[in-house]
Amino acid sequence: MRLSMLAKRDFTLYWRNKSDVSNALIFFVVAVSFFPLGVSPEASVLGPISIGLIWIVALLSVQLGLDSLFRDDYEDGSLEQLALSETPLALIVLVRLLVYWCCVGLPLSLFSPLLGLMLSMPAEAYSTLILSITLGTLYLTAVGAVGAALTVSLKRGGMLLSLIVMPLYTPILIFGSSSVSFAADGLDADGLLLVVFGLTVLSVSLAPLAISASLRMSLENG
Amino acid sequence: MSISIHLQELSCSHDDVALFKALDHRFLPRSVYRVAGDNGAGKTTLLRTLAGLFHGTIGSIQWLSQGTDDSSTRLHVSEQRSNLLYIGHKGGIKLGLTPLENLRWLTEYEVADIPLMEALDRVGLFGYEFIPAAKLSAGQKRRVALARLYVSKHPVWLLDEPLTALDKVAVETLTELFQSEAASGRLIILTTHQPLEIDELVTVDLEYASCD
Amino acid sequence: MAKSRWEWFHQLASPKSFYEKTTRWVPWLGFLAAGLLVVGAVWGLAIAPEDAKQGNSYRIIFIHVPAAFLALAGYYMMAIAGAIGLIWKMKLSFIAMRSAAVIGAALTFVSLFTGAVWGKPTWGTYWVWDARITSMLILFFLYLGVLALADAFERKESGNKASALLALVGTVNIPIIYKSVDWWNSLHQPATIKFTSAPSMDMSMFVPLMIMIAGFYAFYAYVLIKHMRAQSLQTERNKQWAKDTLLGE
Repeated sequence: MRLSMLAKRDFTLYWRNKSDVSNALIFFVVAVSFFPLGVSPEASVLGPISIGLIWIVALLSVQLGLDSLFRDDYEDGSLEQLALSETPLALIVLVRLLVYWCCVGLPLSLFSPLLGLMLSMPAEAYSTLILSITLGTLYLTAVGAVGAALTVSLKRGGMLLSLIVMPLYTPILIFGSSSVSFAADGLDADGLLLVVFGLTVLSVSLAPLAISASLRMSLENG
Repeated sequence: MSISIHLQELSCSHDDVALFKALDHRFLPRSVYRVAGDNGAGKTTLLRTLAGLFHGTIGSIQWLSQGTDDSSTRLHVSEQRSNLLYIGHKGGIKLGLTPLENLRWLTEYEVADIPLMEALDRVGLFGYEFIPAAKLSAGQKRRVALARLYVSKHPVWLLDEPLTALDKVAVETLTELFQSEAASGRLIILTTHQPLEIDELVTVDLEYASCD
Repeated sequence: MAKSRWEWFHQLASPKSFYEKTTRWVPWLGFLAAGLLVVGAVWGLAIAPEDAKQGNSYRIIFIHVPAAFLALAGYYMMAIAGAIGLIWKMKLSFIAMRSAAVIGAALTFVSLFTGAVWGKPTWGTYWVWDARITSMLILFFLYLGVLALADAFERKESGNKASALLALVGTVNIPIIYKSVDWWNSLHQPATIKFTSAPSMDMSMFVPLMIMIAGFYAFYAYVLIKHMRAQSLQTERNKQWAKDTLLGE
């Protein structure tokens, strides 16, 4: 199977069903806007916590969309067709991950400075914020997709999916948000961004193998 | 290439609920096999096992490819996949794509558009090529999935209930297709509840196995 | 198929033969565990001297440290059992994985709980975001995930495979999680609060601690085997041997 054509197919599907993507973005904005309401509108209170807050909500936004990553394919039978393709399933999965990340992760990272502005985030940190969320969402997509693949055959997998993958997000949350905090404090964040990059490369190269194995397991329930 | 599938002592149970018991069978090319059995006897499970989608069985399955000099070689999993066309209950039709777009990816982007359009024409979907599959009826979606048969080069077809939701004319057309394709060397294994009028039809009965 | 070559292996590892083989010596393992735990507990709680700084409250380490030890080791044990199950499709190995998950989660909880109890007199609060406690908490979440996934499927087999895979993914992640939490902690907390590290302990405390650790290992093995025996009976309840066993021969 030509992977570029497959990517085009996946993009087409996201394009024709835009709600998958827009919902994640809207959730991101709405959830972040709730914090001033629940915590305090004072810039002095919001400013210091803004980075962690944006990071956590971005994490949740990626997470919420992941449940549907393979679900439609499982339910309409296209997953079994993909699994029977001559092309290794791990490559097909990798294409899917990258498409999902382009449709959800990238827009989130582009939106994040806007939310930073609303939460009085220190101005020095914007570029690092965009970069760390760009990389971080790719990590989250890859690791979260393992959970999505494991729970795809369950009718109500959403809650369980969060339960099983969120602990695995610990490293990226720590290094991702710390890199932005470093930048906000005027420290050199390059080292931490490299760690984030390393974690992302590691997850994107290993996760497709775990995902394809999980999908084949899930197909046994079909 | 002609391929046969040999089963030895194949049996299956789901969590100690036994389905079919020790099945010995040779599925040979140039024939149409119909897997029969009561509901819950494991017809779908057998097809999914043959397709390599289900692994919960005990016993052995061998895919053998016959060369011209009567020698036969065992096929590996990847070779099995490349020689197999499997259409399950769920045809794999994406509702967000048109029938033509669906066929393109289902044939792994290896077939040109003209033959695909012709295939859609033959299953009676002329004029529907560019309408989103979400707007098609159940029978029409089924036809999109079955249109793959007309462009398939795979020596083995595994079809799970291909005739459901089809009208009488479509069933007759497909029956003829099965007959002629089997004659040309294919191995076709299918399940169906409808009567099939094919000369070379072999019925494989799945019997319940009692738990030991 | 290389089926026959491994048949003896599968036979040996069938729930039935496991059950039969362990029947005789499992009580002895229980006695060993009980003996070690009683000796260690009496020695640690009553005989060992008071700690110069922490007074008597330090004595909870005789439970906390062994539990924390086994909580982490138990995760690896569970993942290895799951991997063996995935590779060799052994029923018993999945049974071991499920048992290890339950016991490991319980031990993780014990270590978190005793940590909190210890924290109150030591730090003045039940919970601090200390690196080890945080790591332990995340380990607890990982256990919960495996447990929840194992029971989520209608087919037990699917639950076995899925949770085994999740455990393996967790295994790859645990070192990274621990490292990142350590780093995060060093970033946010000055290193004023520290556990008494074991090697610098006085021998009079160290020896009973070692006995307790050995006791916990024996206890772990005992509970694991007991739990596996119960599960063996449950999963094979339709087989004749299980019926015979349950109905008293």
